[in-house]
Amino acid sequence: MTIEELEQIAKSVQQENAKYDYELNVCMDLACASQGADKLKDALVRAVEQSGKKVLVRRTGCMGPCSHGPLVRVDPEDTLYSKANAAHAEKIVAQLGSEPVAGLQCDLNEHFDSQVRVVLENAGHIDPEKIDDYISRDGYKALLLVLTEMTPNGVIHRITESGLRGRGGGGYPTGLKWGTVAKSHGDLKYVVCNGDEGDPGAFMDRSVMEGDPHRVIEGMAIAAYAVGASKGFIYVRAEYPVAVSRLTTAIREARRRGLLGNNICNTPFSFDVEIRLGAGAFVCGEETALIASIEGRRGTPKPRPPYPAMSGLWGKPTLINNVETYANIAPIVRNGGKWFFNMGSERSKGTKVFALTGKIANTGLVEVPMGIKLREIIERIGGGVPKGHTFKAVQTGGPSGGCIPAEMLDVGVSYDALLKMGSIMGSGGMIVMDDTSCMVNVAKFFIEFCMTESCGKCIPCRAGTAQMHTLLTRICSGTGTMDDLELLEQLCSTVKEASLCGLGQTAPNPVLSTLKYFRHEYIDHILNKRCPAGVCNMESQVEVMA
Amino acid sequence: MSGESDVKTLVIDEQEVSARSGQTILEVARENEIDIPTLCHLDGLSDVGACRLCLVEIKGSNKLLPACVTTVQEGMEISTGTERLRAHRRTILEMLFAERNHICSVCVSNGHCELQTLAQEQGLTHVRLPYRNPELRVDASHERFTIDHNRCILCTRCVRVCAEVEGAHIWDVMGRGIDSIIISDLNQPWGESACTRCGKCVQVCPTGALFDKSKIGSDHPKYPDFLPYLNLMREAK
Amino acid sequence: MSKLRLATVWLDGCSGCHMSFLDMDERLLELAEYVDVVYSPIVDAKVYPESVDIALVEGAVASVDDEKKIKKIRAHTKMLVAMGDCAITGNVPSMRNPIGPEAILDRAYIQNASAQQQIPCVVVPKLLKIVRPIHEFVKVDVFLPGCPPSADTFHTALTALINGGPLDIPALTRFGA
Repeated sequence: MTIEELEQIAKSVQQENAKYDYELNVCMDLACASQGADKLKDALVRAVEQSGKKVLVRRTGCMGPCSHGPLVRVDPEDTLYSKANAAHAEKIVAQLGSEPVAGLQCDLNEHFDSQVRVVLENAGHIDPEKIDDYISRDGYKALLLVLTEMTPNGVIHRITESGLRGRGGGGYPTGLKWGTVAKSHGDLKYVVCNGDEGDPGAFMDRSVMEGDPHRVIEGMAIAAYAVGASKGFIYVRAEYPVAVSRLTTAIREARRRGLLGNNICNTPFSFDVEIRLGAGAFVCGEETALIASIEGRRGTPKPRPPYPAMSGLWGKPTLINNVETYANIAPIVRNGGKWFFNMGSERSKGTKVFALTGKIANTGLVEVPMGIKLREIIERIGGGVPKGHTFKAVQTGGPSGGCIPAEMLDVGVSYDALLKMGSIMGSGGMIVMDDTSCMVNVAKFFIEFCMTESCGKCIPCRAGTAQMHTLLTRICSGTGTMDDLELLEQLCSTVKEASLCGLGQTAPNPVLSTLKYFRHEYIDHILNKRCPAGVCNMESQVEVMA
Repeated sequence: MSGESDVKTLVIDEQEVSARSGQTILEVARENEIDIPTLCHLDGLSDVGACRLCLVEIKGSNKLLPACVTTVQEGMEISTGTERLRAHRRTILEMLFAERNHICSVCVSNGHCELQTLAQEQGLTHVRLPYRNPELRVDASHERFTIDHNRCILCTRCVRVCAEVEGAHIWDVMGRGIDSIIISDLNQPWGESACTRCGKCVQVCPTGALFDKSKIGSDHPKYPDFLPYLNLMREAK
Repeated sequence: MSKLRLATVWLDGCSGCHMSFLDMDERLLELAEYVDVVYSPIVDAKVYPESVDIALVEGAVASVDDEKKIKKIRAHTKMLVAMGDCAITGNVPSMRNPIGPEAILDRAYIQNASAQQQIPCVVVPKLLKIVRPIHEFVKVDVFLPGCPPSADTFHTALTALINGGPLDIPALTRFGA
């Protein structure tokens, strides 16, 4: 494969597409599929055949606003239909070239206008199972560019220059990480993609793996070239069967095109990727536990150092990045580090994909420049809290993050700002809560998650989260005391400071942040035996034997 | 090798000490008779950094680091007994006492128990956390030994000694979080497992979770100090 | 100086702490110069007095009656001392917690009874589902662990408490001592 061949493929796809007057892009991501997008697509294909019009019906990955699905976008007009079903198919096809179908068109300009799409640039535009679709949108161009024109050092320099930070949650500078692995000595090095997205309310990585799998593979191949690795693993949770099947197809296609395997593009560079399935443990998203799991051992974290960059998979230098991080690599290589650096805020560059869920009008995936105000994401892009209710808090970063109250909404989203507010960027889950949510109950929910997902290796996380859960259960059932509250705070401190890995160290965040911003709700539960949101059942259990 | 002779100087609890490159903070502290409490660490076994009792403060870093796996650096200034550390240690010990059913008065290890001794050293007179009272098994299927999960603190010394020293690896951990439990083989009764009956796990167990059936009452001191000697003799061969 | 009013209380325990207390032997006479025993299983008073300076409480809280008592004791006492492991950790009485009181009563009064198989339900107080240490019900001022704390421990601790002197309990005793 050469650049010319790549361009040839892109051209032939474009020529093929040019044969059609219209494109009907049907979102087939989980949310749309669960509401009958597959039947809709079949109906559209039939309707097109009957109409005799030249229309390409394409299956695509997630378009974003999941709550409006099933979604169909008509190109080149860029008309978006929401809540479409098979019964609408004939009408949709009939109206091509004239006025859009009345009542079906949705106006989500506000939703899309403030978004900047880098990671999701192909989402909704390509068929994820067709490598040529990806190639037609500059796919694998970056890899070939890197292999033919750049030194490994040059690649690392470009990534460093971009200011990209790890999208898995920690925010560690990606270029620095790559540089460390590149400098580590080892006859064999590995590149690992962390696709073990386990936070409740997060589905960014799933959508990227399902909607644009080649982007991840290309990012990994570039990384492998930069750090000197020859073998890659994508660690995906088994709960994502579609992502696994799309990635499997993508890897096979990439091998067939000579974009993975030995001597890629007739260069000395060889690289191949394998998929490893996670068995559903949240802790396996932690890099040392993930390594243990890939090696076939029990998925428990190890103290660092040594960092995986020095001693990772089977003791070899290993680069671990998250799905979204790899998805950012190709565009950075293509457009230059400066292009990326110019997006975002002072210390957080580029864009971030968020999964908006909870009490909000437009749930789904959004991609925004770093530094954008939370208020803009929630009120403008997300469409705000549905009528009749008021916004109370937004939980970012999943169970490791914190609840941010209304008065902090004008803060710009960045790694550092979220940390300062007692939350974290995390992988990008954003759960919006309104006045019907009890913040003590929310804290209890997340602690329960951390308790059941704790690996059990270190005492603070294993026993501490269980104790926190007991105390929160007491408070939620009206039997808690002010002493319990004090004890809860001490537990938070020990679990945060003494736990072995990030899971334990961040587990108290939902409790700490709700204690900080919603302490009055705790006090109300304890002193007045009252749940302000009316969620908790305050009838205390009698502990006397029957 | 030049690295071997590389000597570092550092400060532990305001005491200037020297160390070989690659030594852990714990090793150096103990050489200098500075006490850092440990439970999962045992000389002669690999370290897992799991009990978090040996956490120390290092000047210039807000993070607490486990002394058992953190290697010394030139110029490090380490504190091993600040109030912050003592508070965490007490809380961790309380978590252990509340986690399972530790009834010291009826335990074979009463008076020889590392958990009990640590509690006393750290000034623990009561446990503020609610006791969890889990229902746990006692496996007495082995002809010589018993495992009482009520007293287990999941330090995994038994797992490591069996895998690393005896080479049998009959012990491992099953389940996760608060439901973690030590199992023999694939969760078979100990008596039906591939156990070699060497008894090393019993000797390294810091509490009364693993004990010799021939011992009654609290007459069960344990002797885990054989490990470094055993390792030394093996290396000498 | 008037004598301090001392009470000793026996909740769910084996009375071993009281025995150990009595093991102070001749030192009890010395103690008697400073305190009056106003309530105890070993004196006649049947009602817990209105005002007590020091109360030594043995045993865990295992029944509704224990719970009522400990709350009253707390209300009427300046300094509450949890005496021994049962009061502090639940100890042996708490060994029924994982399986619950029904199973224990069934074993004792039905399965193992050769005659009159019935679980007592008249006069005796109802058991709590979970046996707990006293500090889970009321504020405890001093914890004196041990099973039982030795006579020497009692002597040293009480001397310090009476005189208001320094008291290093972990140096004296521990759980299970």
